[in-house]
Amino acid sequence: MNKKNSNVVRYNRWGYFFLIPFAVVFIIFQLIPLVSTIYNSFFKHFFDGMIEIGPNYVGLDNYVSMFTGGKIWKYFGNTMIMWLMGFIPQILLSLLLASWFANPSLRLKGKAFFQTVIYLPNLIMASAFAMLFFALFSKVGPINGMLQSMGILEAGKPYDFLAHTSSARWLVAFMNFIMWFGNTTILLLAGMLGIDTSLYEAAEVDGATSNQVFFKITLPILRPILIYVMITSLIGGLQMFDVPQILTNGAGGPTETTMTLIMALNKHLFSKNYGMGGALSVFMFFVTGILSMIIFKFNSKTEK
Amino acid sequence: MEKKKEKGLPIKTRRIIAYTVLVLVTIMCLFWFYVLFINATRSNAELNRGFTMIPSKYAAKNFKNIIHGSQPIFSGLLNSFIIASFTALLSTYFSTLTAFAIYAYDFKLKKAIFTFILAIMMIPTQVTALGFVQLVNKMGLENSFIPLIIPSIASPVVFFYLKQSMDSSLPKELLESSRIDGAGEFLIFSKIALPLMKPAIAVQAIFSFIGSWNNYFTPALILKDDGKKTLPILIALLRSADFLKFDMGQVYMFIACSILPVIVVYLILSKNIVSGMTVGAVKG
Repeated sequence: MNKKNSNVVRYNRWGYFFLIPFAVVFIIFQLIPLVSTIYNSFFKHFFDGMIEIGPNYVGLDNYVSMFTGGKIWKYFGNTMIMWLMGFIPQILLSLLLASWFANPSLRLKGKAFFQTVIYLPNLIMASAFAMLFFALFSKVGPINGMLQSMGILEAGKPYDFLAHTSSARWLVAFMNFIMWFGNTTILLLAGMLGIDTSLYEAAEVDGATSNQVFFKITLPILRPILIYVMITSLIGGLQMFDVPQILTNGAGGPTETTMTLIMALNKHLFSKNYGMGGALSVFMFFVTGILSMIIFKFNSKTEK
Repeated sequence: MEKKKEKGLPIKTRRIIAYTVLVLVTIMCLFWFYVLFINATRSNAELNRGFTMIPSKYAAKNFKNIIHGSQPIFSGLLNSFIIASFTALLSTYFSTLTAFAIYAYDFKLKKAIFTFILAIMMIPTQVTALGFVQLVNKMGLENSFIPLIIPSIASPVVFFYLKQSMDSSLPKELLESSRIDGAGEFLIFSKIALPLMKPAIAVQAIFSFIGSWNNYFTPALILKDDGKKTLPILIALLRSADFLKFDMGQVYMFIACSILPVIVVYLILSKNIVSGMTVGAVKG
């Protein structure tokens, strides 16, 4: 008995051993950078042309100037608006499609084909997709050409999609929508297929319409997954970068109305403004951290 | 029975609506790529005349032009491929190892470590980018692929997925019986766990590959030499160059070359990818 016990203990030590690569890489490439990012946020340290200024310890000054003088709330607003503009149509279409895919009485054919197609944009390189949209929607691009030949726009008067706040934001939101609704549909579909079919059968016996079934059975059961989808999408939305960066060439134009938080961070990193970059990173870390905690709570609840 | 039918739309109408919407959605997804591939086959002069639905015959010429052009697309493709392949390899191998450690053994900190990995899963890499770039510069690894590949050894998402699939498809009795047969722990991992997890590993390898292939933010901060740049960085350069000076046929061909590999891989493996995505998602 004793021998077996020590044997068990001995082989269980391998658990620690196998965790070493993960732990070492995590500490070097994530934990240390995180700590030094936080550390940087307490120093004034930037480059004025070629002249390096700092690092000088300034306490919370970077945070104060970020929240009061900086444009962080504008960028935060831009990010949230463009996220919502893409997310609302995305969740509605995804619910609709998933409920059709999950509905056996519709007997839809070609489900695999449609699922393959709607998931495809999610795998496309976001920067290439943005570059494509830039070319297609440019003043001399095919979309303007089509609109003019169809008579929607006057010939010779192309619409400059990127020169107007609303159309530029809609383009970003639309691309995010195309890229993510397939992913969301498949997530929701997995949730719907997990619902006990006897509930539907009982509803049918009671003479419920498909609308009643959807709103009274499917949606309430799906609530946790909907929350999960929403928060993961929100975390993803806060990281919005590739699409607006490429589409607007990093300027976030017009007049910075499509400038997202990560685009601003990227600007700080390229201009080597370590103090402000650090403060912005820490802000993002806390916001995503709080959102992740909600997801995490949710995950451990469903673990049971 | 009759009464029930009156309440909602008849099933036939609902099917027609469903198919109509699905076809429209399909068009919305594929239209852009259709235009892209058509335009990649057309010359600049043809493009200036407006859009047509029929492909032209300049594909080879556009391709030749971008290879001999100022943008190093060939090295871009190669660099992206090298980084993405190694990322896929390392992230899946070491995530399987990490998942195996948590799955197969009982040790004091097991629960705490598992919880910790789940907790850090959603933290985006961008928030540590500042410290990361400084560290990479201190190590003298700017313009190196190493800081883009090695960190993937610690991939919480891949780990989580593989841990989930171990729970369902790696019987602990099997590990126990090989232990009784005298196999060492590392042998059990590489001869039993790894082969049994192959399907799940393959799915994750594809996702890691595509994720790395498409990644723009971090590589753009690390890779500064023209010969080291990956495709997304080259695309950003293409965007920042004066647009009208370009031969648009080449621009479209360039974009087509960056996304075609992923589309091809996806179409070949789409069944596994979509179902793999669902398996990972069921948890949610």
